[in-house]
Amino acid sequence: MATRQTASLARLMRAPAIILLLIWMVVPLGMTLYYSFLNYNLLNPAVTSWAGWFNYQYFYTDPAFLDSLWNTLVLVVGVLLITVCGGIAIAILIDKPIFGQGLVRILVISPFFVMPPVAALIWKNMIMHPSYGVFADIAKFFGTSPVDWFAQYPLFSIIIIVAWQWLPFATLILLTSLQSLDGEQMEAAEMDGAPAYSRFIHLVLPHMARAITVVILIQTIFLLSIYAEILVTTNGGPGTASTNLTYLIYRAARLNFDIGGAAAGGVIAVVLANIVAIFLMRAVGKNLD
Amino acid sequence: MGRITLEGVTKRFGDVEVIPPLNLDIEDGEFVVFVGPSGCGKSTLLRLIAGLEDVSAGRILIDGTDATEASPAKRGLAMVFQSYALYPHMSVRKNIAFPLKMAGMDKAEQDRRIAAAANALNLTDYLDRRPGQLSGGQRQRVAIGRAIVREPSAFLFDEPLSNLDAALRVGMRLEISELHTRLRTTMIYVTHDQVEAMTLADKIVVLHAGRIEQVGSPLDLYMRPRNVFVAGFIGSPKMNLFTGEAAAEYGARTIGVRPEHIAISTEGGTWKGRVGVSEHLGSDSFFYVEDTGLAETVTVRADGEIGLHHGDEVWLTPSEDKVHKFDDGGDLIE
Ligand SMILES: Nc1ncnc2c1ncn2[C@@H]1O[C@H](COP(=O)(O)OP(=O)(O)OP(=O)(O)O)[C@@H](O)[C@H]1O
Ligand SMILES: [Mg+2]
Repeated sequence: MATRQTASLARLMRAPAIILLLIWMVVPLGMTLYYSFLNYNLLNPAVTSWAGWFNYQYFYTDPAFLDSLWNTLVLVVGVLLITVCGGIAIAILIDKPIFGQGLVRILVISPFFVMPPVAALIWKNMIMHPSYGVFADIAKFFGTSPVDWFAQYPLFSIIIIVAWQWLPFATLILLTSLQSLDGEQMEAAEMDGAPAYSRFIHLVLPHMARAITVVILIQTIFLLSIYAEILVTTNGGPGTASTNLTYLIYRAARLNFDIGGAAAGGVIAVVLANIVAIFLMRAVGKNLD
Repeated sequence: MGRITLEGVTKRFGDVEVIPPLNLDIEDGEFVVFVGPSGCGKSTLLRLIAGLEDVSAGRILIDGTDATEASPAKRGLAMVFQSYALYPHMSVRKNIAFPLKMAGMDKAEQDRRIAAAANALNLTDYLDRRPGQLSGGQRQRVAIGRAIVREPSAFLFDEPLSNLDAALRVGMRLEISELHTRLRTTMIYVTHDQVEAMTLADKIVVLHAGRIEQVGSPLDLYMRPRNVFVAGFIGSPKMNLFTGEAAAEYGARTIGVRPEHIAISTEGGTWKGRVGVSEHLGSDSFFYVEDTGLAETVTVRADGEIGLHHGDEVWLTPSEDKVHKFDDGGDLIE
């Protein structure tokens, strides 16, 4: 925007989109805020009354609440760890010229195109199922008893499924970054006597810092709201072992029909997500400028 | 020590033989310049010596030991790249320290060497900056600094000055020359700049399509080019090369005369022509003479004061003993 004239024109042109986005955001947020202060249950929708802070208190003192916070954290961090580390590893592997490179790249990226419930169902019924899943077959082949993944390690199983879905995204972003690394720099480091792992630590990782930041930021936004994978596999159980905040809100709204409570949970989730976002931007956002 | 010997070194990329078997001796402390037209394999040869490319056949000896299979780090050579190849997220100090750190040198010795290099290269004030905050010339000096702290047995430069503007290039050229005088370390320097080659080299290696056309001191190459290619390549402006009748008179297929070995006069001489473009540089003037029937234009150097103008009819006379004669194969007739 070189001149004042073009700047004001640009503001005018931007306005419709921004206003639309604002309405899109403000209306649902306002309604959620409003409902969160009401006694409003779908089993008895005719009777609504002002509830004050009761819904918040109720949601907050629910013993499942702290569990779900912890589970959300474990889920997000676990998936981030797997996808970032795995993404770097795969990116480095498929960056090297190999036979059938195009096909390998498409295969690596394909999980991203599978929608979450379908992916979760495939994992549940064909891979992790204790009697006819692939893992069970492998276990039987080695003569050990198969693991009932969703009963024994519910949260871990969900982390695996979600990580599988997000790995392609991380790989793709990290691969682009890797390909923009200057080859002469690597050669210079080689001549400087840096072995492969030193080149990785001192050159490749710092070069990819920005891409890793982007992966972490974008994935965190989506991982905070994981829901479909839990719904079709463990239903949040056993107990609350795999219930995250999103799923807890869903439970309040759709299983208990408690709109007020669910809205309060939603507001809490929004607040927490913003705290996480601010924290993240502080911690890793400096890599972006 | 930095004696480098290439024995039958060959490089093929797939089916394409970029460097046919090549032999070359580089003495310890020598400043060797590789010149040649673009794509002739200068960079490839340098990278073979550095170990960044594998040789297809032949041996590379460094100080008498076979280094053909040695990794780049093990060869004890340092390279300065055309793109500088500095590490962008490290400060200048860390860039220069990197090879020392990789060698596991103790901190005090590292600091001593960095200070010495920074001092020699005028980088002391910039040690805590990032490469992105430096000018092209400063970056180049950091790249050289990173090379000298290792005290390598030889330096390899691949067109190190080609990204700099003309004034800076002259300055850096002098600095590299001084560096060589001070360190007396073997240097191999790739360039396509005539002036760099002539001023820096102890020994010039002229490459053409991967083959060595001639090796010799700058003046040797200038005075006694061994074939038509070297004759036409070394010297700026180029040597005049004539074929046909004029050459036949000398019993040669091609003859070559340098611009300064042709006398120009308005009265009489061997070849007649008309002045085309003239360039007056003050100290001397270059005339591009047309319509001689010898070649498209003949370049002639004359003293500054000669008053000749476009379209003037002139006579050209070569100094007989300065005429280079080449046979059908393009080789010099002794
Ligand atoms: N990795 C490669 N694969 C195939 N061919 C290559 C490769 N690297 C170089 N070549 C070829 O080898 C030849 C020599 O290349 P090289 O880079 O050594 O030329 P050069 O003399 O340095 O040229 P310039 O002055 O333009 O830098 C060229 O014809 C080039 O196309
Ligand atoms: Mg080159």
